Amino acid sequence: MKHNLILRLIAKFLFPVIALFAFYVQFHGDYGPGGGFQAGVILSVAFIFYALVYGLKTTEEILPPHVLRLLASSGVLIYAGTGVVSLLMGENFLDYDPLSSEPAAGQHLGILVIELGVGITVSSVMLMIFYAFAGRGQP
Amino acid sequence: MIDIIFGHYNYWIVVVLMMAGFYTVISRGNLIKKIAGINIFQTSVFLLYISIGYVEKGTAPIIAEGYTVYSNPLPHVLILTAIVVGVATTALGLALVVRIKEAYGTIEEDEIHDQDMSL
Amino acid sequence: MIEQHLSLLLVVIPLIAAPVTAMLPGRRLPWLFTLSVTWVCLLLASWQLSVVMNGSVISYELGGWAPPWGIEYRIDAMNALVAFIVAAIAAVTLPYALRSVEKEIPEYQTSLFYAAILLCLVGLLGIVQTGDVFNLFVFLEISSLSSYVLIAMGKQRRALTAAYQYLIMGTIGATFLLIGIGLIYAETGTLNMLDLNQRLQPIMEHRTVHTGFAFIVVGIALKLALFPLHLWLPNAYTYSPSVISVFLAATATKVAVYIMLRMVFTVFSSSLVVLTSYMFLVLGIVGVILPSISAIFQTDAKRLLAYSSIAQISYMVLGMGFASVLGLTATLVHVFNHALMKGALFMAIGAIVYRVGSSRLENFQGLGRQMPWTFSAILIAGLSLIGIPGTAGFISKWYLVLAALEQQSWLITGVILLGSLLAVIYVWKIVEIMFFRPVPETVIEVREAPASLLIPTWVLVSANLFFGFNTELTVDVAGTAVRLLGVTAP
Repeated sequence: MKHNLILRLIAKFLFPVIALFAFYVQFHGDYGPGGGFQAGVILSVAFIFYALVYGLKTTEEILPPHVLRLLASSGVLIYAGTGVVSLLMGENFLDYDPLSSEPAAGQHLGILVIELGVGITVSSVMLMIFYAFAGRGQP
Repeated sequence: MIDIIFGHYNYWIVVVLMMAGFYTVISRGNLIKKIAGINIFQTSVFLLYISIGYVEKGTAPIIAEGYTVYSNPLPHVLILTAIVVGVATTALGLALVVRIKEAYGTIEEDEIHDQDMSL
Repeated sequence: MIEQHLSLLLVVIPLIAAPVTAMLPGRRLPWLFTLSVTWVCLLLASWQLSVVMNGSVISYELGGWAPPWGIEYRIDAMNALVAFIVAAIAAVTLPYALRSVEKEIPEYQTSLFYAAILLCLVGLLGIVQTGDVFNLFVFLEISSLSSYVLIAMGKQRRALTAAYQYLIMGTIGATFLLIGIGLIYAETGTLNMLDLNQRLQPIMEHRTVHTGFAFIVVGIALKLALFPLHLWLPNAYTYSPSVISVFLAATATKVAVYIMLRMVFTVFSSSLVVLTSYMFLVLGIVGVILPSISAIFQTDAKRLLAYSSIAQISYMVLGMGFASVLGLTATLVHVFNHALMKGALFMAIGAIVYRVGSSRLENFQGLGRQMPWTFSAILIAGLSLIGIPGTAGFISKWYLVLAALEQQSWLITGVILLGSLLAVIYVWKIVEIMFFRPVPETVIEVREAPASLLIPTWVLVSANLFFGFNTELTVDVAGTAVRLLGVTAP
């Protein structure tokens, strides 16, 4: 891929666009269609596209596999942790009402944090799957 | 008669896809084709759920002015979960196939069976 | 505060612990953490059992959404009993895991291995706790996916094909369950088990409901390894790491039995139970005899026990087939007792694998004298498997025979006794090779298994003896559970 100038340029241009779209889908999830699952996959697509053009090694230097493993775990922890916070506030698990002064605002905040956890886990797991398949058989 | 065929076309699509997928899983010896079959099979179930949730003349379940009839969002949410489960199953299945290929040198079921029996 | 959230914490604690375990380095640390989590779970599960033992019901609303709209965790005696079995087996298996896993799993995979065990535990406990059918499907897939991974960790390459085979059949089973849930959701518009029960009553004759019921029963039967859908089970149990054989053999199919009971008797109940009754009885009869005969001809100890498991599952299915109070009590008691005896047997075989490196019977010759503690564990758990008075196995067989006699079904009584007779043959086969064959001269001296493997084994063996005398926990709780299921037949 060293000489494909057009591809490399397009990849550089598209990467921020795809990532930005991912964040739009992520943080728009409480008002419109979107959410952590979709956003996570779109974000990982940006990295996979980058890896396809620039090679797996370059991508792994930016986002090493052990960092991904940490991210994937922390996403689940954010999700479950939100539930535990509402437990500690005296409500049932995953009841977002007490997260803010008003129940409606609490619901907003709760779903955003939950979706953030989902998004982090999904994107890092998708990338981990890609690494595992693409890196197989390479030294 | 016409009503049975065209009025329930979503179910016909589901049935055809389901049988195609299921038949592929059962009849093919190639491990990757089996996983493709499983995927088609699961997709048919996703379609079943989504078509159940459709309300006639209903729009996407987002509150907006001028719309009063909305599709049922619950099946969509359920299927979002089932799709994620499906992705995980596919990824795990393919990972197993990669390792089987490394261990046996083939992904044909009968050849793997022969190798196991010859031990 | 803890008591209020008891049934939820049982699922959430291992769920939070799993990603934490995945981040811990080394061998000891992930193990120690998992061990403490499983013990906390056991504590919570016994607490939960003691709360609902008298027939009361715990209801927990997730997210504060009232049922039937939100997900409800609904615990009665049956859930609590099965949750207790799962948590107890996990808590006993984990001390056993340390040495065994050190030998069978490479170090860089250890933390992920324990994380997968915890996820499997989350799935199994979640299935048991939830009162929502779709939530049940999700937890079923969590436990299944992690068990595919765990089985594939086996040392031999056949572990990979075993896991693949299980993955294909398990996914088909789960998807069947999903289709069935979709069909009954389309008919009723609800996913809550109790609500489903009420809304299904007036429309029980609809063809959609019948179709959904058929899909659900077949789907669960695949997970249950109900004969003749058991093909994935022998390979999966034979080639997985020792710890996983113990854990799955003692919990996974038991939880599937629970799902079947819940679905058939709580969700559908009434007229449709008759439809399954005959099927369960016929498959149960064939399923007791044929797998027992297969077990006799096996040359691998783990595979022999796997076939015996299929036969034992068929006993539970027979109990369901009677659809009577005694029959279902026998099923639940056998769920409990079978977890104890198969757990003990797979642990003892695992201890031999630890020393000898193989579970093939030809390598077992004369081991009885060199590993007396392991051998006597196999002997006692084997007697329990046969159903000798004084062991736990006798209690469940006794109730099953009573249930059969109550319906004056001499054929089934005969089948149960024949099954025990066949069990005598295959247990004797292991005992004979271990004790009465001379040690081959080429074999170097084998030492007794280390204490960390023997103690958990003997905990389960003594439980086998204890529950052979004390039936208060098993039979009484099972009786309460069956009463709450609302079975009307005598």
